[in-house]
Amino acid sequence: MAVIEVKDLTRTFRSSKGLFRRNAREVEAVRGISFSVERGELFGLLGPNGAGKTTTIKMLITLLLPTTGQASVLGFDVVAHPREVRRRVGYVFGGDRGLYDRLSGLDNLRYFAELYAVPPREQRTRIHELLELVGLTGREKERVEGYSRGMRQRLHIARGLLHRPEVLFLDEPSIGIDPVGARELRATVKALVEHGTTVLLTTHYMFEADDLCDRIAVIAGGQIVSSGTPDDLKQRVSSGPVVEVEVYGVLGGVVDRVQGLPGVRSVVVEERGQAQVLLVHVEPGAEVTQAIMSCLDDARVGRVVTREPTLEDAYIELVGTP
Amino acid sequence: MSTLRLVLVTWWLQLKIRSRSAFDGLLGLLWPLFFATTIFLMYRASGAEGSALLSAAVGASVMGIWSATSTSASFTLQQERRQGTLELLVAAPTPFPLLIFPVTLSMATVGAYSMIATLLWGRFVFGIEIAVANPLAFVLSTLVTVVGIGMLGFLLAISTVRYRSAWAIGAALEIPVWLICGFLIPLQVLPVWVRPIAWLLAPTWGMSAIRAAAEGRGVLADLLACIALAIAYGFIGMLVSRHMLNSARRRATLALS
Ligand SMILES: Nc1ncnc2c1ncn2[C@@H]1O[C@H](COP(=O)(O)OP(=O)(O)OP(=O)(O)O)[C@@H](O)[C@H]1O
Ligand SMILES: [Mg+2]
Repeated sequence: MAVIEVKDLTRTFRSSKGLFRRNAREVEAVRGISFSVERGELFGLLGPNGAGKTTTIKMLITLLLPTTGQASVLGFDVVAHPREVRRRVGYVFGGDRGLYDRLSGLDNLRYFAELYAVPPREQRTRIHELLELVGLTGREKERVEGYSRGMRQRLHIARGLLHRPEVLFLDEPSIGIDPVGARELRATVKALVEHGTTVLLTTHYMFEADDLCDRIAVIAGGQIVSSGTPDDLKQRVSSGPVVEVEVYGVLGGVVDRVQGLPGVRSVVVEERGQAQVLLVHVEPGAEVTQAIMSCLDDARVGRVVTREPTLEDAYIELVGTP
Repeated sequence: MSTLRLVLVTWWLQLKIRSRSAFDGLLGLLWPLFFATTIFLMYRASGAEGSALLSAAVGASVMGIWSATSTSASFTLQQERRQGTLELLVAAPTPFPLLIFPVTLSMATVGAYSMIATLLWGRFVFGIEIAVANPLAFVLSTLVTVVGIGMLGFLLAISTVRYRSAWAIGAALEIPVWLICGFLIPLQVLPVWVRPIAWLLAPTWGMSAIRAAAEGRGVLADLLACIALAIAYGFIGMLVSRHMLNSARRRATLALS
């Protein structure tokens, strides 16, 4: 049985502005998405702003009721058994809200340890362990109102982990965190997954998704437009890999000859100082470097680089912003 | 056991939060005194003395408890919503009412401070003789009144989960309750149809018990009524909270966005 099961989930928001002129506006934030996440898997939800990622997560952690469709976490339906779900999941939202500013970081954690029924005897060690993990040791007695953005985000993460949740929802967890902290966070998440935690992650950092996720679903306009492993998604990029060849003095016929090679989509010549660079767009899977080199027999060849499409290339092609 | 611990920890942290706000903290310490001063001066100007002045002091002090609770109880969830913590409270496995009760109790506690401050102010600045006939019953009645008002605040707070603008209810109720519950004027002078409303409000009975204790009359009946109403508010609040939370999850009013 999958840990997270989502079937045909939709969510519509009705907002009415004004007290007297009630002109209701409807936003279909999530429009029929289905996916499942297995135990110990790290699943990424990627998509542009307003795609419906946070809305989906809020339905899964029982903060929003779905308009139609079903969702269950660890076998518990999110509508019928919210308490069972709440006990077992943790979540971290990005952003600097969601903390008691007038309390210290330590008091914030104490409060949530109580709310999540962390046994009193374990609380102290657990809280200190987490402060250490997120790098806030030494600052925990200060009031949160004096924390920097990244420190607040670190506190969020500690809060989300207090009760050792089996399933963790991370909605842009690394937002505002410095590069070193972000790398530590990725290591933390990996370690949690290795110990069997199931994670659903959203992020706008493609390298983060590429580094962490076992599987990804790209959602846009409330619908899943593509899903698979990061490599699957890259494979599907229609532009394919690009071979860059640095040449000194390209002869007239070369471009045409390379263009004619099987597996080559297009060739562009770029001037870079003394050299010219052939940018050869290759069909996915085709191996053309040798053939290109033999077309260039007379010219002096410099650096040759093959650049695989990145997850970002795949993402941009999928969500269709030119 | 763990429930008691939860209530205590939450109550304590909420008191901490409250004491650190400029408004609730510093002004909260001062304004009951302005309030008491107004009332003492009015009573003195109309020639009241002795037990009438004591009665005014006691009434003013309970008004302080109610004022501290009613406005902040209805405002508190709006504040939690604004700072993004309301969702955290709802998403926690602990039943929501159990989280809100200590919050309102902390407000009533601040109110209890204002009661003591009012009485001391009356005693030392205005020279009102705080001659309490039955001190034990007086303290007990005060505690029960604090809890009763806290529970009424709890009911108010719970009702604001669903409606983002419901915080106005508390502000709107603050002053009518002064009038209806007999803090300053006896119930008997109000129109008859108001009385059933007064009987449904726990502060009425708490106020009555505190007065009775001060004057050396029996307090049991008043106390029982106050406690019964407090328990009823608790039950209603729990039932209402289920409904309110579901409605808030349907209409997405837990967050501001
Ligand atoms: N409470 C609400 N009331 C009305 N509309 C809402 C509400 N919450 C979200 N929406 C709308 O639903 C859509 C999806 O929003 P959502 O927050 O799920 O996007 P997202 O994918 O998380 O975006 P981002 O990357 O910016 O975080 C948006 O159009 C948003 O305006
Ligand atoms: Mg979002």
